Amino acid sequence: MTRLRSAAELEQLRSAIVSSRNPARPCIAVCAGAACHGQDSQLVADALRAEVDRLGPAAGVELRVTGCHGYCAKGPNVVVNPAELCYFEVKPEDAADVVASARNGTVVERLVYRDPVTGEASARMSEVPFYKHQTRLLIGDNTRIDPMRIDDYIAAGGYAALAKALFKMTPEQVVDEVKRANLRGRGGGGFPAGQKWETAKNAPGDERYVIVNGHEGEPGAFMDRAIFTGNPHKVLEGLIIGAYAIGSHQGYIYTRHDSPQLIRHIEQALAQAEAHGLLGQDILGSGFDFRVELHFDVGIFVSGESSALMRSIEGLPPEPRPKYIRTSVAGIRDKPSNLNNVETWANVPQIIERGAEWYAGIGTERSKGTKLVSLSGHVVASGVVEVPMGTPLRTIVHDIGGGVAQGKALKAVHFGGPMGGSIPADLVDARLDFDELAKLGAPIGAGGLLVMDEDTDMVEVARYFLEWLTNESCGKCVPCREGMWQTMRVLENITKGQGRRGDIERLEDLNDVTSAACLCALGKTSADPLKSMLRYFKPEYEAQIARGEKRDDAAVGSASR
Amino acid sequence: MNEVVLQIDGKEVKASADMTVLQAARAAGIHIPTLCHHEKLEPFGGCRLCMVELETRGRKSWVVSCVYPVAQDLVVRTRSERVDKIRKVILEELLAHAPNSPELTAMAKVYKADPNRFEMDPSFCVLCGLCVRYCDEVKGAHAVDFIERGADREISFIPEVASKECWPCQECFALCPTSYAQAAYFLTEALAFPGRRKASEAEAR
Repeated sequence: MTRLRSAAELEQLRSAIVSSRNPARPCIAVCAGAACHGQDSQLVADALRAEVDRLGPAAGVELRVTGCHGYCAKGPNVVVNPAELCYFEVKPEDAADVVASARNGTVVERLVYRDPVTGEASARMSEVPFYKHQTRLLIGDNTRIDPMRIDDYIAAGGYAALAKALFKMTPEQVVDEVKRANLRGRGGGGFPAGQKWETAKNAPGDERYVIVNGHEGEPGAFMDRAIFTGNPHKVLEGLIIGAYAIGSHQGYIYTRHDSPQLIRHIEQALAQAEAHGLLGQDILGSGFDFRVELHFDVGIFVSGESSALMRSIEGLPPEPRPKYIRTSVAGIRDKPSNLNNVETWANVPQIIERGAEWYAGIGTERSKGTKLVSLSGHVVASGVVEVPMGTPLRTIVHDIGGGVAQGKALKAVHFGGPMGGSIPADLVDARLDFDELAKLGAPIGAGGLLVMDEDTDMVEVARYFLEWLTNESCGKCVPCREGMWQTMRVLENITKGQGRRGDIERLEDLNDVTSAACLCALGKTSADPLKSMLRYFKPEYEAQIARGEKRDDAAVGSASR
Repeated sequence: MNEVVLQIDGKEVKASADMTVLQAARAAGIHIPTLCHHEKLEPFGGCRLCMVELETRGRKSWVVSCVYPVAQDLVVRTRSERVDKIRKVILEELLAHAPNSPELTAMAKVYKADPNRFEMDPSFCVLCGLCVRYCDEVKGAHAVDFIERGADREISFIPEVASKECWPCQECFALCPTSYAQAAYFLTEALAFPGRRKASEAEAR
């Protein structure tokens, strides 16, 4: 592979790839995302490959193993392009029919989506309820891209935004574009990315770093993995643009040590980008140098916390440090370090390519763009969902998710995993918006949405989250280590029918001090689930505690007799 | 270094700009309780007892004074209803592990902390880390360190190092607010190198 030495050469390569491909040629995309992979999509891909090979090149069918398509509940997923026919729960024995369908445009009726009530079939992506209510700006390319091939990304217009930034914009203009787009961090805090970039850019020092936080350790969050595994170059392109804007020549990707597929795709993307002159020295002949190092977590949730993550990159144990000085000013080795989450970086190329005005036209007044949501729990159609900010939760749960599983009633929706919050069913018309949901006590967090049905025990949910967090606390500061442990003990006793008088006050005090006094965001936000539950579901807690109180009273009564 | 003037408990305090709020307060003779702080050691920010209230432009915030840097015109309150409550609950959480620690019981009186408020788990160590950090930062011996994480966190003497370094030193014993460091050392000795210390002492004599 020859290095690309200019924007023109990139464009030449793109047109060469595009013109070598017949857009009408049928292409079968097999999802190899985590959920489909777990349902042996590899066997499906092998069977399809065998069938395509058997027919030979004359059949004119292409096969592509891709990243996550989104509809995890109905995997293994197969999409036949260009018609965008969606086949679900495909088995290896379906291979011949799927290939035939790709060749002659017929639909394999038994593999298409059917409405569970009316039985009506929907064959195309634009008709399947799970997809048709989405706006798939980030994840939409997943069905068209083999993550191991940079050509697919370039053919889809990849790296054009980087070329635009490098040759048509100053770094200041890039920062300004991201600021005007009002891109807010997708990792949990919703902090304006452009503002963070500006802080890192203007912080004193001659060396600065940019970092992809690809840790995604929160249970129930799987959208970063979907985008990073399925389209690694999109994230990488965002990172390179950010590095150019901030004036960084060294980037870090920090991600999971336990996702071999993700690691393989990132490593391949880095190698291919470097071979194409999109990374390394003199990127696209612009004179801009930028290198990226890949780092892995050490298997503990808190290593995704920004200051702990940076210590981990330094080679130290991932313990958070008090952030009275921001990491964008003093991060890795005390140099300005700009950290954004996978999804935040993935948003950057389209902002540069299509402009801040276009981006800011999507979403609500203060939350712009689309948001990836990991939809799971007691919902019919779980998976990775992408909708514009401002979409009512009802649309996500009922129209996209198909409602509550087994025909039960909705009790609550929970956002943000163990550090998020639950809101009751009557607030399901709330909109997907950083500030609106935070005000309600269910901040979006990273975007894991858990649907809970009428039979859910809210005390048990809080106990479960606390148990998980207690195991993930680093143990450095008292209110996190002790506060969470004591909270868990109280909740455990309540669920066992051993609640005591004063438990509500005990929980409230523990929660209050944990959220006020912890050293890092893990501790501070660990109080959020319980806070939201005591706000909306207190009677349920009181009723369960009363069971224990009655038992206590009975014991006292029998002792005094 | 530049000098700044800040206000602590209504009193004007001069401090050098590289100081923390805790250092500035102590230099001015104003008491802020701490458990994990030691002037010879890097600020740790672990116990959170030194939290104070700040007021900036009418907005209150609560920060840990052992790591929070001073700033010109900073308004600091070392006691308030909120600060006292935070300290009370933190003490109650720690008393569940070390109900008889003199330092903790003395503070418990001031902040009306109830030692029986939460479930007892007498592990005696409150994980202030004074022994670990003193051994690292002052002695450079690394004979004791933290192991595990979260609620399972413990201090642990490393037998190979402790058998050589600890007996002539013992300086961390006096730093420990609960005497657990001493107990942990002797437990390590009993388990890992019983009699070896005495034998080598006798040899030396």
